[in-house]
Amino acid sequence: MTPSLLHPPTSPLVGFLGSALLLSSFAMLAMRRMGSLVRIFALQGILLTLSTLSVALAAKEPHLFFSALFTLAFKVLLLPFLLFRLLERLHIRGEVEVLLNVPTTMVAGLFVVVFSFALSAPISEMANTVSRGLIGVGLAALLLSFLMMITRRKAVTQVLGFLGMENALFFSAINATYGMPMVVELGVAFDVLVGTFVFGIFFFQIRETFESFDLKHMDNTPTE
Amino acid sequence: MILVLILVVPMSGALFLGLWGHKRFASAVNILFSLVTFALTLLLAIRVDTQGPLIALDENLFVDSLSSLFLVITGGVAATTSFFSLRYMTIEGEHGHLTPERTRLYLALYQLFVLTMIVVLASNNLGLLWVALEGATLATVLLVGWTRTPAAIKASWKYFILCGVGIAQALFGTILLYFASEKTLGPGGTALLLTHLLTVKTQLEPTVISLAFVFFVVGYGTKVGLVPLHNWLPDAHAEGPTPISAVLSGLLLNVALYAILRVKILADGALHSPMPSDLLMGFGFVSVLLASISMWKRQDIKRLFAYSSIEHMGLATLAFGIGGPLATFAGLLHMTTHSLVKSAIFFAVGHIVQTSGSQKIPSIREIAARTPGLSRALLTGGLAITGLPPFALFASELLIMAEAIKRIPYAVPFLLLALFITFGVLIFRILEMSGGETATPEISPSRSHSRLTFFPIWIHLGMALLLGTFFPAPLYEIYQKAILSLGVSIGG
Repeated sequence: MTPSLLHPPTSPLVGFLGSALLLSSFAMLAMRRMGSLVRIFALQGILLTLSTLSVALAAKEPHLFFSALFTLAFKVLLLPFLLFRLLERLHIRGEVEVLLNVPTTMVAGLFVVVFSFALSAPISEMANTVSRGLIGVGLAALLLSFLMMITRRKAVTQVLGFLGMENALFFSAINATYGMPMVVELGVAFDVLVGTFVFGIFFFQIRETFESFDLKHMDNTPTE
Repeated sequence: MILVLILVVPMSGALFLGLWGHKRFASAVNILFSLVTFALTLLLAIRVDTQGPLIALDENLFVDSLSSLFLVITGGVAATTSFFSLRYMTIEGEHGHLTPERTRLYLALYQLFVLTMIVVLASNNLGLLWVALEGATLATVLLVGWTRTPAAIKASWKYFILCGVGIAQALFGTILLYFASEKTLGPGGTALLLTHLLTVKTQLEPTVISLAFVFFVVGYGTKVGLVPLHNWLPDAHAEGPTPISAVLSGLLLNVALYAILRVKILADGALHSPMPSDLLMGFGFVSVLLASISMWKRQDIKRLFAYSSIEHMGLATLAFGIGGPLATFAGLLHMTTHSLVKSAIFFAVGHIVQTSGSQKIPSIREIAARTPGLSRALLTGGLAITGLPPFALFASELLIMAEAIKRIPYAVPFLLLALFITFGVLIFRILEMSGGETATPEISPSRSHSRLTFFPIWIHLGMALLLGTFFPAPLYEIYQKAILSLGVSIGG
């Protein structure tokens, strides 16, 4: 079924952290409360940092230590801090409202994982990184975040899906090629940061205009 | 040097207007910065034409004939739009829709948007190209929701989420490309540089590149507005302020398609299969058909022309998919003229909406009687955009059809039908709005529009006419060089 498992990561730690990251993507799909969703996002950041560190150690790639440090500062500390402050200032506590119930989403998620491994098998075949078996995990995490954006109603959840996608992309880059060139990585992080601020501005505008974060109020706005 | 300067000018423009954009003179300063940028793009194009491609900033910037062509279009349309924007904002101010703070935000983001597009066009690093294109979304997303009406906020949210998701796919494509190229170019900075990639394009791993290309087309295609990824486009065009509709349609879509074209050269080199071309032809064909059908029932004038943009970008995509020197030339010409004509139409539409007080087609009547100048401009623009001679869109559409008959004869009847539908719908709607007997009672009195209102419109339409009737020989050479840098050989 999953040919890329024929290439188990040389270091068991790398494999373990990769699987944990995939699990955290599923956890984000399953969470029903807004606050826990942000906590899971922070946890995913920690896993991403550790996984980057483990790849750095296993492959002896010194520049990955910088990437790990950067991930820690940006995705474990800064972004969750901003998100928690936003939730607090906007008094968002409510439940995550779903378009598709959680068990169904989970089953869909399983199919997504199988599909991702099948798609990335030929790429893992060609890669020569220590963590090449994990390229499928990166693609799966990307598509799972995508699934979360499609099936969740509230603006905040969509943002977390967006940030989860960015995590997955970063993870894929680390496992396929030991990370993108530094200048590109910094540029991407800058975009994500600006994007998060724009999201923040949006939340205030949406609340002012619709008095709710549920996107169904927006959907009811006639456009034509 | 000039390559760095061309980035510094809009950057300092954004800074200056971010600080003093609320002052009275700010709109004039915006024009000044845009004009200087335009002049620099022209100088740059001449330099590239006489001395060949330029490289700067540690190989991170690279401009050849193809990018200089798009740089001139971007600089030019951004400059004329800044003139339109001055008039438009003055009238909005008279209607009491403006605060100094919002004007400042608007002007600073306008310059920032121009900057990001120039970075996309001048970037040699495909990773930075991605960063800049995402930056263009971020700069315009607040502009689309600028009026703060519920519909506008909904439109900008949709724009943000859909383009964000789309562009994430393109980043995955970039990672895959880097993965493939790193094997031959080695890890580090050079493996994403276009100039280096071009030299090794035949050695890249075909399986990885074909997967990467699909991700690129889906990702950047979302920004081009290719069907079925186009959902954000009509909303964003209809709800944003009209100068922004003009630059979104005229410039941003072009720049996103440019990104796809750059990647296609690499994919063609690596694959030796028609897959990249077929993919573009498929997306282009579906876009043309669906856009023309969607125009049928549109009641919103800006939305109507937004669908027309999807149709034209679809045609250009189709042309590049067909490939070969003629179709590629037609595609480039189509993008150039579409930028000019569509922004001119939006200039006219902006003022028409302001004098009619509504952008719903049934409430816009008797333009010809109230503002004859605008009516003439809209009608001329309508004739040009539907591809009637002597405008250049006629030439490019004719060439595209002629090439399509050779490559995909079965698709041609559908394409022709789509073109007829758009022609019928657009001209019918325009005539309906120009005349019409059900005058709404609260029509504001016709205001005298100054020369400043009309000069950007007629410059654009005049250029479209010039390109359609008398194509200057030096310009033709520039286009030929651009075709060459797209990896298409002219001789055969």
